[in-house]
Amino acid sequence: MASGNDQSNAAAVTSAPEAGNLLGFLRNKGVAATERPSSDHPAFNVPAGEVVATLQHLRDEQAFDLLMDVTAIDWAEGASPRFTVVYHLLSTTRSAYVRIAVNCASDTAPSAPSVVSVWPGANWHERECFDLMGIKFEGHPDLRRILMWDEYPYHPLRKDFPLAGIETALPDADVTAETGTRVLAAPMAGGPFVATSGEINLTEAEPRAKDESWADRRPRPDQEGLKQVRE
Amino acid sequence: MVTASTELGYNSKVEGDVVVTRADAVINWIRTNSMWPMPMGLACCAIELMAVGGARFDIARFGAEVMRFSPRQADCMIVAGTVTYKMAAHLRRVYDQMCAPKWVIAMGACASTGGMYRSYATLQGVDRIVPVDVYVSGCPPRPEALLDALMKLQAKVKREPATQRLFSDDAPPRADLH
Ligand code: SF4
Repeated sequence: MASGNDQSNAAAVTSAPEAGNLLGFLRNKGVAATERPSSDHPAFNVPAGEVVATLQHLRDEQAFDLLMDVTAIDWAEGASPRFTVVYHLLSTTRSAYVRIAVNCASDTAPSAPSVVSVWPGANWHERECFDLMGIKFEGHPDLRRILMWDEYPYHPLRKDFPLAGIETALPDADVTAETGTRVLAAPMAGGPFVATSGEINLTEAEPRAKDESWADRRPRPDQEGLKQVRE
Repeated sequence: MVTASTELGYNSKVEGDVVVTRADAVINWIRTNSMWPMPMGLACCAIELMAVGGARFDIARFGAEVMRFSPRQADCMIVAGTVTYKMAAHLRRVYDQMCAPKWVIAMGACASTGGMYRSYATLQGVDRIVPVDVYVSGCPPRPEALLDALMKLQAKVKREPATQRLFSDDAPPRADLH
């Protein structure tokens, strides 16, 4: 693994990878990158057309050899740009991260170039991003859904999709015919289940509906009297 | 040393007492004590299911230790885990391939009701896709709870009119599904 190539890469960038250095590097390569506000790692906005070249340069010349994640942000309906695709890169030799963000030009049919040609591992990341966010990755060799079934009509992590889901057909018509079951919106019964972080008492910390109007242990204020009568 | 028996036919001196019973009782007695589970382990509850199979809890005491990974050899499907909509159809197919008589235990909150996964991806209770005989509460249930469910199921099977069903379609009524 520790080939001469890796070491020379590491040697070339032993100085702390400041955001400014990286920005200068990208500018030198002719990428119209701009710095992006970030509270942790260096982050840059890159035009959609230049993302493949950017990632290639960062991988080959800055030793960012691992693509950690491809994900997307939905800035909610009405925002423009509505969708931003985000790439997280890690350099295993110098333990540094960098984040590359690409705004999608279209707010209704967002797309971004596929980086499978640079990192084959991006294949499933991009499929997941397509499945849940509906970003179309141009040039992807096999852009199918990966978590939901192929015929599923929605992209569930978009902001306008309700957590409970939307009624639709099951993937298999024969099973629907046999059981009469469809995909239904889940009953929310007091809101989604959320865990309380930082809670010492595990009974309190375990995931529960925050609106506990139905719970035995915490009666609604207007049921306080009832509870006492029962006890 | 083994000697070949020369007796032909029934000999009351050899066979001892005759037990008179009903066919239902015999059939149900056989069924209850060799209920081979189909381990439909789909999430964390499956870990507790494995514990039930281990020496400490020892599901073999109930004649149900033979976990069959082929539905054709299984009697009782133990749905241990979260059933997604994508998995639901496959679960139903596996159930359809099991030979009657067949039973289903919904193990844990997820299999019983969807549990904490009140979301677009999760089937809200496996009883929407297969008829369930026993529900086990807990997230995950203790192994003892699953053993209790198995005993409850055995008690239920003992009450079944087995002979009537021998020659009829054993499919559960559609009303079981909702
Ligand atoms: S009931 Fe709890 S332990 Fe069982 S599968 Fe669901 S989340 Fe996991």
